[in-house]
Amino acid sequence: MNLTLHVWRQKNREDKGGLEQYEAKDVSPDMSFLEMLDIVNEDLIKQGREPIVFDHDCREGICGTCSQMINGIAHGPDAEITACQLHMRSFKDGDHIYIEPWRARAFPVLKDLMVDRGALERIIQAYGYISPHTGGVPDGNAILVPKPKADKSMDAAACIGCGACIAACPNASAMLFTAAKVSHLGLLPQGEIEAARRVKAMVKAMDAEGFGNCTNHYECEKACPKGIKVTFISRMNRELMKALPQGER
Amino acid sequence: MILDGKAPSGPIENTWDKHRFEMKLVNPANKRKYKVLVVGTGLAGGAAAASLAELGYNVEAFCYQDSARRAHSIAAQGGINAAKNYPNDGDSIFRLFYDTVKGGDFRAREADVWRLSQVSNNIIDQCVAQGVPFARDYAGYLDNRSFGGAQVSRTFYARGQTGQQLLLGAYQAYSRQIKAGGIKEYPRTEMLDLVVVDGVAKGITVRDMVTGEIRSHWGDAVILATGGYVNVFYLSTNAMGCSVTAIWRAAKKGAYFANPCYTQIHPTCIPQSGEHQSKLTLMSESLRNDGRCWVPKRKEDVSKPVSQIPEEDRDYYLERKYPSFGNLAPRDIASRAAKEQCDDGRGVGPGARGVYLDFADSINRLGQSTIAERYGNLFQMYEKITAEDAYEVPMRIYPAPHYSMGGLWVDYNLMSNLPGLFVLGEANFSVHGANRLGASALMQGLADGYFVIPYTIADYLARIKPAAVTTEHPEFKKSLEEVGAQGNKYLSIKGKKTVTEFHRELGKIMWENVGMARSEESLKKALKEIPKLREEFWQNLRLPGGASEVNQQLENAGRVADFLEFGELLAKDALERNESCGGHFRVEHQTEDGEATRDDENYTYVAAWEFKGVGKEPELHKEPLKFENVELAVRSYK
Ligand SMILES: Cc1cc2nc3c(=O)[nH]c(=O)nc-3n(C[C@H](O)[C@H](O)[C@H](O)COP(=O)(O)OP(=O)(O)OC[C@H]3O[C@@H](n4cnc5c(N)ncnc54)[C@H](O)[C@@H]3O)c2cc1C
Ligand code: FES
Repeated sequence: MNLTLHVWRQKNREDKGGLEQYEAKDVSPDMSFLEMLDIVNEDLIKQGREPIVFDHDCREGICGTCSQMINGIAHGPDAEITACQLHMRSFKDGDHIYIEPWRARAFPVLKDLMVDRGALERIIQAYGYISPHTGGVPDGNAILVPKPKADKSMDAAACIGCGACIAACPNASAMLFTAAKVSHLGLLPQGEIEAARRVKAMVKAMDAEGFGNCTNHYECEKACPKGIKVTFISRMNRELMKALPQGER
Repeated sequence: MILDGKAPSGPIENTWDKHRFEMKLVNPANKRKYKVLVVGTGLAGGAAAASLAELGYNVEAFCYQDSARRAHSIAAQGGINAAKNYPNDGDSIFRLFYDTVKGGDFRAREADVWRLSQVSNNIIDQCVAQGVPFARDYAGYLDNRSFGGAQVSRTFYARGQTGQQLLLGAYQAYSRQIKAGGIKEYPRTEMLDLVVVDGVAKGITVRDMVTGEIRSHWGDAVILATGGYVNVFYLSTNAMGCSVTAIWRAAKKGAYFANPCYTQIHPTCIPQSGEHQSKLTLMSESLRNDGRCWVPKRKEDVSKPVSQIPEEDRDYYLERKYPSFGNLAPRDIASRAAKEQCDDGRGVGPGARGVYLDFADSINRLGQSTIAERYGNLFQMYEKITAEDAYEVPMRIYPAPHYSMGGLWVDYNLMSNLPGLFVLGEANFSVHGANRLGASALMQGLADGYFVIPYTIADYLARIKPAAVTTEHPEFKKSLEEVGAQGNKYLSIKGKKTVTEFHRELGKIMWENVGMARSEESLKKALKEIPKLREEFWQNLRLPGGASEVNQQLENAGRVADFLEFGELLAKDALERNESCGGHFRVEHQTEDGEATRDDENYTYVAAWEFKGVGKEPELHKEPLKFENVELAVRSYK
C-alpha cells in the first residue's frame, strides 16, 4: 500500500517546528509502524535529507521508549499496544497519517518526535520506592502476600512509563502514572509502611513538574498500552486523604 | 600467556565465604572519597549503582536510553532462578551449581558458578523486600515454574514480565539513591572510550546524545554493565540500541575479550516475516512448560492447515529425541533440533523456517483461562505481530540470536586484566560457559550487582589512593580528541550506503557463516567477507546531519563500525575452537545423531583475546579450566 505521512519536524527545543509531508511507498501490511518509518528514513537519507528522529529501543512494547501521537491518538489506533507494536495492517492504501510527539508542558520536544520525559524520573525519585538496603532482608516467604493483592499490585506495576497517559489527557495530567506506582507499592505489605509518606511526596513532585490535574476524562486509561485502570487514581486519592493531616485535606 | 582467574582454593562450598573474609574493606568514613563510574543501568549496573551508593561511594551512572528503567533487562519475560527449594522437589545450591556447570557444557569457572548459586537465594529475598510483585499461590507463598535444562521448579516469575519487575526494583533503589545524592545519573549518554592511565582504568569518554558534546569523566574504578552483543547478527531479540561498543572500546584499550564465539540462539522466537524486519521477538521459554514442539512427519503436509494433520502424522521431535527432558531440553539443543527439522524440508510457515509450538493439549487439560493467566501477555504479543490467535492455532517459532555468553574476561573479583575495570552482567564472560540456561541471566546480573561487586570493589579501592587521577591528566585530552575525530570521520565519508545497509549485510554474513552451525569453510569465508565489508564501510558510508545535535544515524554508525571489527574476532574465536560445545556448534564435531562433541583434552580453557590493532592478528591468552566438583562428562538430556 501507499501512504501519505504528515510528520512533526522540529530541529531542537527552541525551534517552532511544523508538519511536513512524505510519501511512504510499497508498505507491506506485515511491517510494524516503526519499520515503515525506517524505510521512509532510508529514503530520506538517500535523497540527502535528514531522517525523522523518533525514540525507540526494544520494539516489543515493554521499554516504554517509543512515544508517538498517531492520528491524534497516543500509540495509534489499536488498543493496549505501543507504537512499536502497531502493524501496518491497521491502515489501508491511500491513508493519510499524522505523526506528532507527545504534547505536554512537562515534556519539552528535543527533536522531531523525541521528547524529554525527565519529569517522570523526578516523580519516582521523590518516593517511588520501598527503602530496604541491599542485604539484611527476611526470607522471601517470610512476607506472605495474598494472591489477589499480589495480582492487583502487578496490574499497577505493569506501567512502562511511556507517558501516553499524559499525552492523551486534555490536562496533561500524570495522575495515572503516579497512581500506578503508588498502588503497586502501597498494595503490598512490604510497601504499606511507607505508604503515607510516599503518596504525599509523589503527588507533591507531580504537581511541581507542571502536570495538570485529573478531571475524569479517562483518556489515560484508553491510551494506556498496558491497560492500567483509572480506579488506581481513586485509590491514590483515598490514600492521599488518609495521609494528609486534617488541616491539609 | 596463561591467565589466572584467581578463584579461591579449598572446598567449593566455602570459597565465597572464605574469600569475603579475606578481602580488604574500605572504612565507612572513607567511602565517600571514592568515585565509581557505572556504565549501564540494567539489572547488573542498576543493582551495582544502587548498592554502592547505599554503602557511601560516590557513583556516576550512564545509559544510552532516556531513563535507567529502559535498559534491555526490561524485556526479560520468563523468570529468575534460585535454589530456594520451596517446592520441596530436590533442589539445592549444589544442584543449581551442577545444572549451570553442565548446562554451560563445562566451559565456565566452577567457583564463580558456585557463588552465583549461593547468592541466588538472597536475590529473591532482596527483590521481595523491594516490592517486586512475584507470582503467589492462594496461601500467599511464592510460586515457581520450570525452565529448560532443569528437572526441578526453581524459577520465580512475575507474569510474563519478570525482567521488567526486577529492573523496576533495582531502578527504584537507584532512584532512591539519586534523591539521596549518592548517584549522579547521565541518561542519553553513550560511552565511546575507556581512559587508561599507566595500565589502570581511570575514566571514560562519552557523547551527550542530545547536544552532541564529547566529555570525559574520571573515576577511581570503572564498571561496565553494558549488556550483550548479539546485534552483531543484525536481527536478534535484543533492543535496537544494544551494542558491543562499550566493551569493544575497552578491549581496544587492552581489556581481554573472552570466548566471543559463545553466542546463544534462542529456540522460541517469532519467525522473520520479510526483508523489512528490524528485530525479532522472543516468546519466552517458559512457554515450553505447556507447549509442545512439532512439525509434520511428512514433507507433503507442511502447508496443510494444522487441523488436517492428524496426531499420528505429527513429529513431536523434542519428545522423541530427548524423552527425559522433552520440550524442556536446553536452548542450544532445542534450537539445533528446530533447524534440523527445517533443513529436512519439514519446516512450516513463510519460507518454511518455522516449527509449531502447540498449546492444544494444555488447553484441554488445564482450560484456556489457566493458560491465559500464565502466558496471556505472550499470546497477546504474538497476536499483535502475526495476527494469529495462538489459543486457536499453534504458534510458529524459529530460533534467533538472543544472548552472549562471551564478554570481557574477568577474574573471580569481576575485575578485568586492566586493574580498576570491572565488568558485570551479560557484558562479562563469567558463569554461563558455552551455553546459558533459561532464567539464569537475570540471576547473574543481580548477583553481580547486589552481592558480588559491593565486596570485591572494596578490595581494589582499599589499595589505591582516591582521586589520584582526574580529567586533568593528558590521557583524557587524548581520548577526547580521538573520539571527536572518529565522529567527524564518519560524517566526512559522504558515500552511498546507509548504516543500516551495512549492518544488515554484516548480519547476513554472520548468521549464514557464524550462526547456528559453523564449519571451517564457513568461518574462513566470513573472515574474508567481514574485512571487505569493513573497508567498504569506511569508503562508502552515507551519514546525514552533524555531530553537535541529536543524530541517531551517527550513534548507529559508531555501533556498526565496532560490530564490523568485533565480528571478525567472533569468527576467529569460532575457528580457533575446533570442537563443538554448547552454543558453539562446529559441524565437523558431532555424533552420528547430531549431538555436539567436545574436545576436553584440547579445549578446556577460556580463550581471552588481546586486541593488537584493526586487521592485525589478536593474541590468544588461555585460562585453563579445572573441574573438581562436577565431573567432566558428556552432556546428555536423553
Ligand atoms: C527478550 C529477552 C528475554 C529474556 N528473558 C530472560 C529470562 O526470562 N530470564 C533470564 O534470566 N534472562 C533473560 N534474558 C536475558 C537477560 O534479560 C539479560 O541477559 C540481562 O537482563 C542483561 O542485563 P545487563 O544488566 O547485563 O544488561 P542490560 O539490561 O542490557 O543493560 C545494559 C545497559 O548498558 C547501557 N549501555 C550499553 N552500551 C552503552 C554505552 N556504550 N554507553 C552507555 N551505556 C550503555 C544501556 O543503556 C543499559 O542501561 C532475556 C533477554 C532478552 C533479550
Ligand atoms: S520501543 Fe520499547 S516500547 Fe516501543
